[in-house]
Amino acid sequence: MRLRKISAVAVLALSAAACGQSSGGGGDTIELTITQNAIAGGKNAKGAEYIAKWVIPQFEAAQKAKGKDVKVKFIPSGVDDEQYKTKLSLDLKSGKGADVLDIDGIWMGEFAEAGYIKPLAEVAGPEAESWDGWSQIPEAVQGLATFSGKKYALPVGTDGRVLYFNKTLMTKAGLPADWQPKSWQEIIDAGTKLKAAGVPVPIQINAGTAMGEATSMQGVLPLLAGAGGEVQKDGKWTGAAQPLKDALGLYQKIYSQGLGDPKLQQEAKGRDKSFAQFAEGKIGILMEGDYFWRGVINPTDGVAKMADRDQTVGYAKIPAMEPGKGLRSQDFVSMSGGALRTLNPNSKHPKEAFELLAFTLSAEGLKEETKNGNVRITPRTDVNKEILAGDPLLAYISEEVLPLTAYRPPVALYPQVSTALQEATAAVVSGKTPDEAAAEYQKKLEGIAGGAGNIAS
Amino acid sequence: MALATSPPEAPAPPDRKTYSSDAAGLGRVRASVFAAPALLLIAVFLVFPALWVLYLSITNYRLSGVEARDPQVVGLDNFFNALVSGKFWNSTWLTVEFVLGSAVIGQVVLGFTIAWLMRDRTGPLKRLVEGLVILAWILPSAVVSFLWVALLDRDGGTLNLLLGIPGFAWLLDYPMLSIIVFNTWRGTAFSMMLYGAALGNVPPSHLESARLAGASGWQQLRDVVFPHIRGHILTNLLLISLWTFNDFTPFMLTAGGPDGKTEILAVYVYKEALIGGNLGVGAAISAIILLINLVVAVFYLRLLRRKS
Repeated sequence: MRLRKISAVAVLALSAAACGQSSGGGGDTIELTITQNAIAGGKNAKGAEYIAKWVIPQFEAAQKAKGKDVKVKFIPSGVDDEQYKTKLSLDLKSGKGADVLDIDGIWMGEFAEAGYIKPLAEVAGPEAESWDGWSQIPEAVQGLATFSGKKYALPVGTDGRVLYFNKTLMTKAGLPADWQPKSWQEIIDAGTKLKAAGVPVPIQINAGTAMGEATSMQGVLPLLAGAGGEVQKDGKWTGAAQPLKDALGLYQKIYSQGLGDPKLQQEAKGRDKSFAQFAEGKIGILMEGDYFWRGVINPTDGVAKMADRDQTVGYAKIPAMEPGKGLRSQDFVSMSGGALRTLNPNSKHPKEAFELLAFTLSAEGLKEETKNGNVRITPRTDVNKEILAGDPLLAYISEEVLPLTAYRPPVALYPQVSTALQEATAAVVSGKTPDEAAAEYQKKLEGIAGGAGNIAS
Repeated sequence: MALATSPPEAPAPPDRKTYSSDAAGLGRVRASVFAAPALLLIAVFLVFPALWVLYLSITNYRLSGVEARDPQVVGLDNFFNALVSGKFWNSTWLTVEFVLGSAVIGQVVLGFTIAWLMRDRTGPLKRLVEGLVILAWILPSAVVSFLWVALLDRDGGTLNLLLGIPGFAWLLDYPMLSIIVFNTWRGTAFSMMLYGAALGNVPPSHLESARLAGASGWQQLRDVVFPHIRGHILTNLLLISLWTFNDFTPFMLTAGGPDGKTEILAVYVYKEALIGGNLGVGAAISAIILLINLVVAVFYLRLLRRKS
């Protein structure tokens, strides 16, 4: 009972917060709201700053020049992605929410099927299809925003995963500062040496359910790809097949030999803690996305700043289990995703909302957003060419990692499957064998996918 | 109290009957008008949501995806799946542990002990102790949870600093014990105040006679105090059991972890319904929780009725 009361209050509070758009005072003032999981002084602080300090004044001025009185409000948020998703779902379910909103690419299928988001052309009209930015966005990145053949959003960018390592610790353990493992065994060997050199957490590969999607993207999925597997292939989910058992086997090796800290995988704030520990020089090798470089250990405004990031932190491609054993017979693998920015179908001013949406992703806007050391891989080739040259890691990801990366299946069931994968890693870290964990995963998968017929093993 | 002790042939005074059927002399219609607003509020905010939960519990309604737009009735599948899943029973068992540990044992024993020790005292010590205990109760949950995370954290936690054992992971190695101690600390004030008031009602003369008869402290408690406050004990147990059963605050300490070791029912429903998005399943589990609450309430009420 009390729980229901709490959630009812939460819903009320959320919808009250999202109601700002309807108070159209003067009559011809157009009020727009934009929301992201970003907040000044916290999560994705640079993104929040870009919207508040550049997009809003510039957009309002540009509209004023066209004779329109537009007011834009930024609704910040600084919580775990899963909670942000719950908040958005509740907003959209009740017909409220910001006019322009950021979502993670993997939520698109679920949201579209629920009718929470609609194809851009349906909401904003043909302008959305004929936006001049599309020609600058590569096919693969456009695919991130496409569901059942229709474009539901504009892609905000893409990313890639690598192995980060602390060069100081590597040198101490007698490993090269330009370390590049070619097999999983070489990762284990490096971990063993780091352990011998007294590094508290030699290897951190995310596991368990507490880290949510971070366990999938920076953990089990790149390993699965490294073992030549995919979570879904030709429309069928992959059950307890050998690649999954191999990936879970690597977890077992790391966490049963004391090369990783199993407790870190269970803590409610484990991922934040792993960031802090890496920045403090307690973690040797960490599998993370480029967000880690840009937003976490960024010396100017990361959440766990490393003043000597550029000198101390090295990075390497994630190797396949053995050379040539990876997905598509690759030697190295990675996983990519990306955020999307889309329109609320309930927006009272969809045309202006689309203009705002496109404005945030204009070449000029992206250059503004990414200046002063805030570089990220934007969706636009024209912008990337200019900005990535200045950042070694992002240039590395764009040139070396993106060509061999893989994407998650853009289907509505994926988030549930992802949770089952996270539970499988948790089982292994807490002592089950890979075979047992894989069998449990297959059982859960049958429940999610609606019977064994939709599963290939 | 409700025992029919009066013999059937006892003459009921005729005027008493009219007195009890329309005490205010309003008549049926006007009485209904007076009661209507309250009944309407109850209907809108209590009965309707409860029925709505029952309806949702037989659908495959989800927070997102195709089932959000077009939920299908799936009959009793949600209930069946919940009852055969190990997760539900595991959660129920954890909840029982939590209620027994933190409410029935922790809060009752600690609350009574404080009330007993403070019963004849006056002055600053009593005010200080009661003030601190009540403070723990009235602080907002979010603040309190933050304080406890800071206390129990394994890297920079205050407790580990005090004990000189850095790295000891209380919330991971002893998650259930941690939330039991937390909830005992948090909720003792209610029991303490209730027992404090109840002890005031124990006639001092009875205690005096017991003492004169040579009764030890424990014998005084057992033979004089407990019979007097039995009703208070049961009422208190009923309230705090139900509150604790539905308590969500442990989520803010452990988020149900590690690996579901503190996933009590309230947290289980939250994770299933809002994080996992399975609103139908969540509704079914909520309905089962409601039933369990009813059983607990009936159990205590029956005990209470046997009092006199």
